Amino acid sequence: MQLFFPKLKDSPTAAVAAAFAVGVLLIALPFVVGHFGNAWVRALAFAALYVMLALGLNVVVGFAGLLDLGYIAFYAVGAYMYALMASPQLTSNFPALAAMFPDGFHNSIWLVIPMGAGLAALFGILLGAPVLKLRGDYLAIVTLGFGEIIRIFLNNLNAPLNITNGPQGITLIDPVKIAGVNFAKEQSFFGLFSIPSVHMYYYLFLFLTMVTVLVCIRLQHSRLGRAWMAIREDDVAAKAMGINVRNVKLLAFALGATFGGVAGTMFAAFQGFVSPESFSLMESIIVLAMVVLGGIGHIPGVILGAVLLAIFPEILRHTVVPVQQQLFGKVIVDAEVLRMLLYGLATVAIMLYRPKGLWPAPEHGVAPAGKTENVPHPAIT
Amino acid sequence: MDTFIQQVINGLVLGSLYSLIALGYTMVYGILNLINFAHGDVLMVGALTALTTILLLQSHFPDLPHWLLLLFGTAVAIPVCIIVSLTIERIAYRPLRNAPRLAPLITAIGVSIILQTAAMMIWGRNYMTFPQLLPPDPIVIGGATVTVTKLLVIALSGLIMVGLMLLVNRSKLGRAMRATAENPRVAGLMGVNPNYVIAVTFAIGAALAAIAGVMIAANYSVAHFYMGFLPGLKAFTAAVLGGIGNIPGAMVGGLLLGLIEALGAGYIGDLTGGILGSHYQDVFAFIVLCAVLIFRPSGLLGERVADRA
Repeated sequence: MQLFFPKLKDSPTAAVAAAFAVGVLLIALPFVVGHFGNAWVRALAFAALYVMLALGLNVVVGFAGLLDLGYIAFYAVGAYMYALMASPQLTSNFPALAAMFPDGFHNSIWLVIPMGAGLAALFGILLGAPVLKLRGDYLAIVTLGFGEIIRIFLNNLNAPLNITNGPQGITLIDPVKIAGVNFAKEQSFFGLFSIPSVHMYYYLFLFLTMVTVLVCIRLQHSRLGRAWMAIREDDVAAKAMGINVRNVKLLAFALGATFGGVAGTMFAAFQGFVSPESFSLMESIIVLAMVVLGGIGHIPGVILGAVLLAIFPEILRHTVVPVQQQLFGKVIVDAEVLRMLLYGLATVAIMLYRPKGLWPAPEHGVAPAGKTENVPHPAIT
Repeated sequence: MDTFIQQVINGLVLGSLYSLIALGYTMVYGILNLINFAHGDVLMVGALTALTTILLLQSHFPDLPHWLLLLFGTAVAIPVCIIVSLTIERIAYRPLRNAPRLAPLITAIGVSIILQTAAMMIWGRNYMTFPQLLPPDPIVIGGATVTVTKLLVIALSGLIMVGLMLLVNRSKLGRAMRATAENPRVAGLMGVNPNYVIAVTFAIGAALAAIAGVMIAANYSVAHFYMGFLPGLKAFTAAVLGGIGNIPGAMVGGLLLGLIEALGAGYIGDLTGGILGSHYQDVFAFIVLCAVLIFRPSGLLGERVADRA
């Protein structure tokens, strides 16, 4: 909490109270918005996923200063890992596998999540290793290319061996099951009250997001986090100070990718369906926009950016048509079109008025310094 | 051998288009160190404006010769693109010139979304047929077939690039551009108006994008609001391949990327025994890019910059 409200540092009681209040608020939130329809709870759950993604990307872009335009690839890797390990896709295409698993191929999430995270981390290192020497925009285009390569492979790996089922994607993915509780079904507790499936996912994602936030905060102030910031500011100087730039950069890629991979597994389980379409370049860019709009390198800012950019389109989706009907008596502009237009305008406006993001890091300490005078931003050089 | 010649010609067509677009990226980057993400959408605006102009003219003056229609279309598209591009520069980039480096990247993305949505509102979301204005009869060269449009694309791009090189290397304006690229502040002290030079750079880039847009639409006979994305992405890749900020680099990078893609798409099936098909064309391009950057981290013709400027 101190990170979010620096003044709370002076008063531990207030900090505990604030944490408690926020906790209660987050737990009660789905029941409040649930009155307006489960679509809103779903939007909240997605917002939590996006917070995880944005925080993961923030490790790479914000802490280590490596511009990554293909981050969504790790999300895709995690999602497809879960989809392949917990759906009939592999058993229906490979009879040998079907013979080995007569009950179908349904692995527990305790196995699949670490596998998804591990595979994403491996891909992170695979991407990171050849591009260590590249800087700034060269790095950006290679990561972008990497993201596209992953998407193209997902799109085309349905022949000669059908692994990803191509553009149709993988369906019938198992929902999350923890200790016998199936998240896809409405849960009733002692017959007193029941919680819809989407609420369950919201709480799961909320928990994972909390873990991510905690890990990120601890990372930021760790030896590794300080090393990242050192190479972000100046990697030659960092090297001179005895930091192993290569390993530290690879760790940034791997850790950022891990968060993306975990978020991806959750996405697959939540949707029950994955297809390459969900992992386009636009998604990478949206996640990057969340990080930059919120306040690059500053955890509370990144969370704010992710929540805003995830919820804002949802609000527009539900208000654009009624408002037009109220004002003009008919729908003049298609909701989807207007939504995108406002999204674009909002992005430009926020950047113009707050170039350092909505909630930038304070000017001192661990912050990416606020030098403006023609000095290139330290985050990316 | 026929396939080879055919793919080389296809590659040259593709490559000239990439080069034209890449020049817009690279010139802006050279001066502002900014990836102008909206550049591909300027191209789309150009193609769609030309299409509307041509359709209007065709309905009012059905007797006009086709090449004149195409000329008029391009002549309208160029100023429209220049105005769009200058507006973007004025509103979205100029206020952020001293901001953190990622800020203009995000506004560029925002502008790109706005342009696409605006185009969707004006022209609809469907694919539109670009009329076949030049004779579609194939010309046979050494076993390969070419259309007039394709030949025109190659010839015109070549001419434009030569013209641009002359402009940048021989004219006063070109000298001002090079000076601004080197150091805007010192250029300002030497009597160059950096804002003017930057605006001219954007204008030239937009004009090239407009021409490229019309050529793409004419070559593939189709235009729609999303058509700028992929060529924009490829052209940016080409600019990086050649060394971003370097004008000859963008030309070389574009041509090379076009050739690699066309030859890759033509031969990848045979090379891998049919396992990988031509839809892996894009993968090919990016893998080559990665390979080049590993050995030459600042592109083919890019200068080796000091670790920290």
